[in-house]
Amino acid sequence: MTESRPDKYMGQALKRKEDPRFITGTGQYTDDFVLPGTLHAAMVRSPYAHARITNIDRSSVDGMPGVVAVLTGEDVQAAGIGPIPVGWLLPDLKVPAHHAVAQGEVNHVGDIVAVVVAETRAQAEDAAALLAVDYEALSSVALGSAALAEGAPQVHDDVPGNVAFQWEIGDEAALNEAFNRAHKTVKVQLRNHRLIPNAIEPRASLAQFSPASREYLLYTTSQNPHIHRLILAAFVMGIPEHKLRVISPDVGGGFGSKIFQYQEEVIVLLAAQKLGKPVKWTARRSESFVSDMQGRDHESVAELAVDDQGKMLGLRVNTVANLGAYLTLFAPAVPTYLYGTLLNGVYKFPAVHARVTGVVTNTVPVDAYRGAGRPEATYLIERTVDVMAHELGMDPAEFRRINFIQPDEFPYQTPVALVYDSGNYEPALDKALEMMHYQELRAEQERMKGTGKILGIGLISYLEACGLAPSALVGQLGAQAGQWESSLVRVHPTGKVELYTGSHSHGQGHETAFPQIAADELQIPIEDIDLIHGDTGRMPYGWGTYGSRSAAVGGSALKMALGKITAKAKKIAAHLLEASEEDVEHEGGVFRVKGAPSQSKTFFDVALMAHLAHNLPEGMEPGLEATAFYDPKNFVYPFGTHIAVVEIDTDTGVVRLRGYGCVDDCGPLINPLIAEGQVHGGIAQGAGQALWEEAAYDEDGNLLAGTFMEYAVPRADDLPHFQTDHTVTPSPHNPLGVKGIGEAGTIASTAAVANAVMDALWHECRIKHLDMPYTSEKVWRAIREARGGMGQAADD
Amino acid sequence: MYPANFDYQKASSVAEALAVMAANPDVKVIAGGHSLLPAMKLRLAQPPALLDVWGIEELKGIRREGDWFVVGAMTTHADVLRSELPLFPEVAYEVGDPMVRNRGTIGGSLAHADPSADYPAAALALGAEFVIRGPEGERTVPAGEMFLGMFESAVQPGELLTHVRIPATVQASAYEKFKHPASHYAIVGVAVIRDANGQIRAAYTGAGEKAERLHRLEERLNSGQPVGTGLVESATLLGDRFASPEYRAHLVDVLAERAAARV
Ligand SMILES: Cc1cc2nc3c(=O)[nH]c(=O)nc-3n(C[C@H](O)[C@H](O)[C@H](O)COP(=O)(O)OP(=O)(O)OC[C@H]3O[C@@H](n4cnc5c(N)ncnc54)[C@H](O)[C@@H]3O)c2cc1C
Repeated sequence: MTESRPDKYMGQALKRKEDPRFITGTGQYTDDFVLPGTLHAAMVRSPYAHARITNIDRSSVDGMPGVVAVLTGEDVQAAGIGPIPVGWLLPDLKVPAHHAVAQGEVNHVGDIVAVVVAETRAQAEDAAALLAVDYEALSSVALGSAALAEGAPQVHDDVPGNVAFQWEIGDEAALNEAFNRAHKTVKVQLRNHRLIPNAIEPRASLAQFSPASREYLLYTTSQNPHIHRLILAAFVMGIPEHKLRVISPDVGGGFGSKIFQYQEEVIVLLAAQKLGKPVKWTARRSESFVSDMQGRDHESVAELAVDDQGKMLGLRVNTVANLGAYLTLFAPAVPTYLYGTLLNGVYKFPAVHARVTGVVTNTVPVDAYRGAGRPEATYLIERTVDVMAHELGMDPAEFRRINFIQPDEFPYQTPVALVYDSGNYEPALDKALEMMHYQELRAEQERMKGTGKILGIGLISYLEACGLAPSALVGQLGAQAGQWESSLVRVHPTGKVELYTGSHSHGQGHETAFPQIAADELQIPIEDIDLIHGDTGRMPYGWGTYGSRSAAVGGSALKMALGKITAKAKKIAAHLLEASEEDVEHEGGVFRVKGAPSQSKTFFDVALMAHLAHNLPEGMEPGLEATAFYDPKNFVYPFGTHIAVVEIDTDTGVVRLRGYGCVDDCGPLINPLIAEGQVHGGIAQGAGQALWEEAAYDEDGNLLAGTFMEYAVPRADDLPHFQTDHTVTPSPHNPLGVKGIGEAGTIASTAAVANAVMDALWHECRIKHLDMPYTSEKVWRAIREARGGMGQAADD
Repeated sequence: MYPANFDYQKASSVAEALAVMAANPDVKVIAGGHSLLPAMKLRLAQPPALLDVWGIEELKGIRREGDWFVVGAMTTHADVLRSELPLFPEVAYEVGDPMVRNRGTIGGSLAHADPSADYPAAALALGAEFVIRGPEGERTVPAGEMFLGMFESAVQPGELLTHVRIPATVQASAYEKFKHPASHYAIVGVAVIRDANGQIRAAYTGAGEKAERLHRLEERLNSGQPVGTGLVESATLLGDRFASPEYRAHLVDVLAERAAARV
């Protein structure tokens, strides 16, 4: 090996290349871009959850300083701009029109009623605050199950009964038969409450229109600039795709919320075109609370049946999924194909059946949020499994263990459509139990009885499916998108390399991880490689970053493209070495003739000759550049066991997360530091749902937690040290063997922390289930009631 | 995030500040800005003009005068935290985070009388005094007359809180805080002190519309009884999504027990 580079970059915990610019504040986010003459847009948002707009008085802002224009729904209609489409269709799906600016009716607090464009941001905000709008309030509904009730307010005339879809999966007859044979069944009502994504960087968009070329330029906060371009150009604006360039520069977090096509993006494009000047909008934080697509919001009933050995026989699920006021990009897929198909978990269920009703309400739309469907499935399964273990008097770890799918049973066909290609669940469980000293924790739990503190140990074994694929299958299931990924590798004459990917980092460290893959394949120093992403003007088409797909799908596409580069490079090297290709090996950073190691060519020699083309093999095209498109054969299936330890103060009901350990299996790690960072953030976010976060609405659809003064995200001092470890079961079907790790922490931790709290409450006072989040008064009251009466909680 | 338009000027002395306020009744004093600016950004407050008193030197710092410490109103929470004041440093540590503490002031917090602020409980328990100057001259207000209601203190329009007088010696003191999980302001805060004569004085903040003395707790402890329960009536307390009046009343009991155990 040459001295200048390590044997292998894959697997090294390299510090992230992007961090210096983020830490020193020199990252370039959408709002940092300044175009000369830019005007600023401010949104006038509905204060009502449901209302008819009876009048908008443009003259109310006439003559206000700096005001350039007021846009309303009429202007959008007059410009021939269509509603924002849904990207995943289900049979009989009812899709209410989602206009860029409301046309006559608003359907949630925060819905856009009008837009004021002014010379400065402050002027736009001042005028937007004063624009006179008359509303006629309509009755509204916020909770999914309430929207299904007889006589409930109708959100949209064209969605009868507020039902957007009904969907089911699994063999119901087989399930009923399993329940008939059951030794024991449990039934749990669970609410997976609603969350606000809260990316650090608020959404922002800056649009420019060039009248000469009729080209649009849009800087926007997107996890998937090509999807934005496709939808905006082809479906909303009705312009040729290549006339719109979408640049998504540094993106400060998304958690799914920056996948979707938003109203404001359409608005700035239209305004820029109409006014002939660039137009920018950046969300105020309070706008983010009422306009970023929200997450989760399921009301479910789960029933689990076991035989007399404790073997699982079946799972029955009935879920009402609250979709909010409109169906956004992937909304129909999240509570169906990303949820129902995951309801088998890691267990050998003979039968599973799920019914899901997608409901519209007068709330902010709900779409994919970190984990998208899989956290909902994991929470439902793992919470119900714990309730059963408690009632059977079995240790939750052992109950899981006897029901695991065994390593020799893969590929494993579940009763809910998926075929798990690989897995080995017990070693992850054992490693986690050992890491957390599980038996000692159980002993401590006993010892703590009567001390005023209760210990809870929450254990979950999750499985998730990520890297949605293959395209043909997702197409059959209703996706209006492909799920392959592209990569272009461009080698410059000097041997420096640019990698292009259609995936797009919004915090995942792609600029470090992708070059690690390439440095190994090309056997050159990683410093010679850069990743380019986030610009439709530079990259080949790609589908972006979500669903933990970038490494498994984007990384695989890269590996294929690199393969084409090394194959060509080897041919050139053989030619230069006057050897036959078979006699040339690519080792230690050079191409050399086997048995004659002194005869070699470097990657630089080859790259230079590829471009000079003075001496290339007969008939070979010059240049050294390759593109690959990778369409996976299947999902990848990460899994693992997470253990949360909580301590509850019975005097106050306060839950303290005291310890957390996890063993994840995402196949081989490209960069363990980045993987660990993803797991850490994921655990924090999932614990946040279990303990603190809740996008609570009142019955009428007013958001009760509309600022960080009421919406509690976890802070560093709320969280314990996380112990992380891995097992490695490679994916059998992708060229890197890698599986996603971006969402696993969140998918697992909500359920683990919830189980820990309920484990404590079960041991202390036989409480079977409480809904999250476990806020202190809720826990305090539950303990007090369970102990039978007032005033006892503080007595021990 | 975008406040309405406002005018801005700085005062370099108390006299100058009072003159500006007398000339323009609409002007609003800004100290550290850490309560006022958030309200302005949400447009809950839209003062037409701000008068910045942050830079007034005579309002800064802590000095000893016999049995009292005299604390300038513009002394930051961070400086309070590092001071020799009784109890206040422990309370200051519970206020916000380092950024808030480097900018927010003791005078701003106490003049503002936020019902969930921390200092008022300490001020009441310690028996602090407030030096207030206005067009009519200077007056001194005892802690018991300072907090009048939600966001309502004895400081009147046109007046400036210049100093807070804090008894210098106490035998022991403790502050227990139950934080709102989102804002980290006090859902309930209980301050208990044992004064120079060995008498217990206590107060709570957060639970109701304003901070109040905990007379029932004082009576019990000063007569050798246990803390017990029912220190405040829940009917007098606030309630919200996170904590009902009943729960707040219970927390007052729990925190009083914990604070009392430390003095
Ligand atoms: C993120 C965050 C977290 C916080 N957490 C806490 C917490 O946990 N606990 C807590 O107690 N507080 C908390 N605060 C509030 C903080 O302590 C403020 O600094 C304090 O409440 C107000 O002080 P200020 O100097 O910033 O006053 P300003 O915001 O400048 O002024 C507040 C009000 O008082 C008036 N005023 C200010 N000074 C005077 C004066 N000398 N004379 C007359 N009137 C005056 C102003 O006109 C204004 O109405 C938090 C604030 C933030 C931003």
